[in-house]
Amino acid sequence: MNFVIPSFAPAIPEIVLLVLASLILVADTFWSKRYPNATYYAIQATLIIVAYLILSSFSTERIFTFNDSFVRDTFADVLKLFTLAVSFGVFLFAREYLLQHKFVSGEFFVLGLFGVLGMFVMISASNFITLYLGLEIMSLAMYAMIALRKDDAQAVEAGMKYFVLGALATGMLLYGFSMLYGATGTITFSTMQSVIASGQADGIVLAFGVVFVVIGLAFKMGAVPFHMWMPDVYHGAPTAVTLYLGTAPKIAGFAIIYRLLYEAMPGLVADWQQLVIMLSILSMVIGAVVAIAQDNLKRMLAYSGIGHIGFLLLGVLAATEDGFSAAMFYVIVYAITGVAGFGIIVALSRKGMEFDRVADFKGLNQKNPWLALMMLIIMFSMAGIPPFIGFWAKILVIEEVVAAGFTWIAVIAVITAVVSAFYYLRVVKAMYFDQSEIAGPVEIVSPQLHWALSFVAILLLALGIMPSSLINLAYLSI
Amino acid sequence: MLTSYPILSTLIWLPILGGLLVLFAGRNNESVAKWLSLIVAGLTFILSIPLITQFNYSTAQMQFVEQMAWIPMFNVQYFLGVDGLSMPLVLLTTFTQVLVIASAWDVIKERVEQYMGAFLIMGGIMVGVFTALDSILFYIFWEALLIPMFIVIGKWGGPRRVYATMKFFLYTFFGSVFMLVSFLYMYWQIGSFSILDFQNMPLSMNAQILIFIAFLLAFAVKIPMFPVHTWLPDAHVEAPTAGSVVLAAIMLKMGGYGFVRFSLPVTPDASMELDWLVIALSLIAIVYIGVVALVQSDMKKLVAYSSISHMGFVTLGMFLVYDIMQNHGTLAGAAMGMEGAMVQMVSHGFISGAMFLAIGVLYDRMHTREITAYGGVVNKMPWFVMFAVLFAMANSGLPGTSGFVGEFMVIIASFKANIWYGVLAALTLIIGAAYTLWMVKRVFFGAVTNEKVEQLQDLNKREFAIMATLAIAVIALGVFPGPLMEVMHTSVENLLVQATTSKL
Repeated sequence: MNFVIPSFAPAIPEIVLLVLASLILVADTFWSKRYPNATYYAIQATLIIVAYLILSSFSTERIFTFNDSFVRDTFADVLKLFTLAVSFGVFLFAREYLLQHKFVSGEFFVLGLFGVLGMFVMISASNFITLYLGLEIMSLAMYAMIALRKDDAQAVEAGMKYFVLGALATGMLLYGFSMLYGATGTITFSTMQSVIASGQADGIVLAFGVVFVVIGLAFKMGAVPFHMWMPDVYHGAPTAVTLYLGTAPKIAGFAIIYRLLYEAMPGLVADWQQLVIMLSILSMVIGAVVAIAQDNLKRMLAYSGIGHIGFLLLGVLAATEDGFSAAMFYVIVYAITGVAGFGIIVALSRKGMEFDRVADFKGLNQKNPWLALMMLIIMFSMAGIPPFIGFWAKILVIEEVVAAGFTWIAVIAVITAVVSAFYYLRVVKAMYFDQSEIAGPVEIVSPQLHWALSFVAILLLALGIMPSSLINLAYLSI
Repeated sequence: MLTSYPILSTLIWLPILGGLLVLFAGRNNESVAKWLSLIVAGLTFILSIPLITQFNYSTAQMQFVEQMAWIPMFNVQYFLGVDGLSMPLVLLTTFTQVLVIASAWDVIKERVEQYMGAFLIMGGIMVGVFTALDSILFYIFWEALLIPMFIVIGKWGGPRRVYATMKFFLYTFFGSVFMLVSFLYMYWQIGSFSILDFQNMPLSMNAQILIFIAFLLAFAVKIPMFPVHTWLPDAHVEAPTAGSVVLAAIMLKMGGYGFVRFSLPVTPDASMELDWLVIALSLIAIVYIGVVALVQSDMKKLVAYSSISHMGFVTLGMFLVYDIMQNHGTLAGAAMGMEGAMVQMVSHGFISGAMFLAIGVLYDRMHTREITAYGGVVNKMPWFVMFAVLFAMANSGLPGTSGFVGEFMVIIASFKANIWYGVLAALTLIIGAAYTLWMVKRVFFGAVTNEKVEQLQDLNKREFAIMATLAIAVIALGVFPGPLMEVMHTSVENLLVQATTSKL
């Protein structure tokens, strides 16, 4: 047997990312005392370098390497670029939070960067092993980040919960993989697709495998009924970590859903479509209804996130190419909006004041009309009210569901959108109609963050008025 | 086209951008905010006048059309245009906008720039609703309007404002999302979001029925029809004066406009099948809500209920078409009902706006809207009462005022359709006169019983100007309704043909 050296070129961004992350990890221990900001800047520079590497070799065709276990295509490149952009924003916001709350920051950024590496590997996975590898790199980084504050019981509890449930989910996923491998004799997605299409694999074993894979994915994405960890983890984790958890990983999660369900198992649509329909409807309903009762904004956003996953799955359940494009658009919009939504909490929180209750936002319009306007844009965008970008995200997935012939699901979806509008309105109500309970001014201390937040919020409006290019991007890359 | 500038876009974006400018420029300077708003609103109104002077009366085609690709991937267009049905409503909007800004001049003390800015933005969005010919564009304007209105009611409203504004937002949002699903369904069928394409596409009966119901939910909530009207009295009572004016004068018209732009032409067969439902609900609104208005003790609530009752005429006039055609075999009388409905919309815009402004004038002085708190106002405010009584008469349909024209036409048309419809509809002449005149008697006439009434000051110049403008409009439309009907005529005929041509 000949040993062929694989082509490394398609994986250059990942390799550079890995090398730089490792270097920074080591360097951080040396320079963190003398230059406390160095790690942060090194991390952001790494993200920019990797983005440049991807852009300079932007791929318009599919290239497989490492024995077909790694794929580089337009889909992967676009999602990676958004992962980088979102992570850049996350680190920008997180830094201020870490400074305010005085907790060791070097590990946070390095772990975050390793998480990004995991997401990259997930996005480019083209067999089970790579996918699993990416998922674990990302998840391990996240477990550690949640529990980074060793003295905070709530955070440690959240980390523990996430670890145990995450491990369970991974177990489900692996069990499903083993079934699929047993039935088809391959772990590579493209081969698996043709084996399933040929009809030689045992249908029952395949169906069994699909069920476990979908459950595993649902756990990771937080779709109902596998969502219970999400509110606790989002609430318990330090807000900077919640910001990280709630944004970029969803993009990677969507990528593996696409790779598994659409690239590997399009032949099993009949099996997974039913499951996804259930997950989607339950997530939309539970996400909308339970969020109403939340007084903590992080918890509310967790439930709202569950609802958003339900909407995202609308595009998936359509099981068409355009459906996945709509879902891709949705996840990108969701991640950007998430940066703004958690970002504003991060930006406003300071020592001894988390600023994560809905009540904290009372009277914001009196104290700081500009911030109130930004928050209003974020809330209405999440609620899917035009003219903000969240509206287009919702309308596209609903359109794909209608086009797939499931008009009744579209009706359920819009009803849940109305219900969920209620709790977003509650925040707006608190800001505009109530009296403040906080003495003293409410403002973002760092001007940099103030502008960053304004930029993201206005982006939500600008993209809402001119959504065409982003829509094209999502539809042309699948 | 004779105009050298995109007139409809100007009417939409000038107030929206002007409103944003007011938000920022007027932050610490009230008079800048006020004057800037007035200039923007006035300029918008002046710029809307070419719509009349350059309007082509002889065609039912869309005019002043602006069309360009917006989202090519989904064939969504930035597509604007007006015909005889929407042009009067656009003018009504730009006209009302000026009055609304003027009415808030000395009244609003808190965050004036946000208040003025919100109304300017609303003005632009409402013009957008009436001129959009792409359904997604229409939907965006339709929904976007909720945001500033939500803030206005919730922030400057009365004691139960938060409840009222939440109810307002969720009711309207709930109604309209089904409309969105219908749009998406039709897009999936024909690959276009253009409203004109929707009007020409074939649709099966089942699809039409479902789409009709979805439209009905959206428009019935907005206009509003019994039994989904309950948000309106709450919203009206709690809203500040200008908010009530915009709600009554323009936002309610969006529901009526929706029926003529969407329900009748897009789903004609379902409209024919289910016209009994709309007619029944309209008659209930006219009679039952009229009686409800009779017992109100709050003036604003009374006028709010009277609005619902008057909107019943609008929907009644629109959906009489099918009965008239069955009875007479021609569309001759149907045009009367439809035009009556349209005239009623414009006229109600003036009258209800005027009524709410009049109540606002009293409220600013006395800070109560309870009828029992007043009495003998005429002794102290003769000028005011002159105008108020005129508007009240118009509200009850006195000949010579605009209120008479629309109601009369609809009543005649309903006699043609079915004698009982006519009898029930005509009851409103009695009920309407009863609740309005009884309120007039208790508030304006009689002896002065309240000390506070004793100290009332008559209208100042600003209030006088607003009232006089509206009074002229009400009488002009009552005496010369001809020009308005001429504008509509061709479009109404065309609409009737569309509404009676089967799409199966």
